[in-house]
Amino acid sequence: MKLLYFAWVRQKVGKSEEDLALPANVTTLRDLALHLRTRGPGYADAFANLARLRAAANQVHVGLDTRIGDGDVIAFFPPVTGG
Amino acid sequence: MKAHIAIQPEPFDLAHEVEALSHGDVGAVATFIGQVRAGDGLTSLVLEHYPGMTEREIARQVEEAGRRWPLLGVSVIHRVGELKPGEPIVLVAVAAMHRAEAFAACEFLMDHIKTEATFWKQEKRSARTAWVEAKPSDDKAAEHWK
Repeated sequence: MKLLYFAWVRQKVGKSEEDLALPANVTTLRDLALHLRTRGPGYADAFANLARLRAAANQVHVGLDTRIGDGDVIAFFPPVTGG
Repeated sequence: MKAHIAIQPEPFDLAHEVEALSHGDVGAVATFIGQVRAGDGLTSLVLEHYPGMTEREIARQVEEAGRRWPLLGVSVIHRVGELKPGEPIVLVAVAAMHRAEAFAACEFLMDHIKTEATFWKQEKRSARTAWVEAKPSDDKAAEHWK
């Protein structure tokens, strides 16, 4: 799957995108976020508080309970602040 | 309904956008422009977005507005990159036969752009740069359309 990060999530993780093979125990976005949290200090910081994060699957806003698959493009970002 | 959606670093030309929306049946064009507020030592705003999703999300909102009101045309232009105080950030222009639906749809679109379009702002001040936090009042404004 492809992962995209925006705003302070991108800064904390230290990259704007990466490819990831879907880990065996990951079925929802929440699982994925908790998995990413274990990948290093930057990830741990970015994913420390899931209530502060929003996500999109294939360019559509979705909740953390959404089921995901290996072909998905997943984006993590803070609540939006445009306009 | 004619819809024009653009995400761009360049400024926009209000007169040109209104002109592009105007034709025989149009009796009202409501426009909203959001600008960078000066104050508290702000030197600039830096906006980033999620290319592809942002356009899709705004198009979805424009379609929803078109279902709620009889609109004749919509133009949404949102700038990205570094913007100075006083510079325009966003334009929403709505053309309709009458003003009530033009005003309502313009407000509806702004409220939803604020809460759903994938943009993020950073504020630059002389000593530091900080991400803007989302405001609960913006969620409330979008919520009241449900």
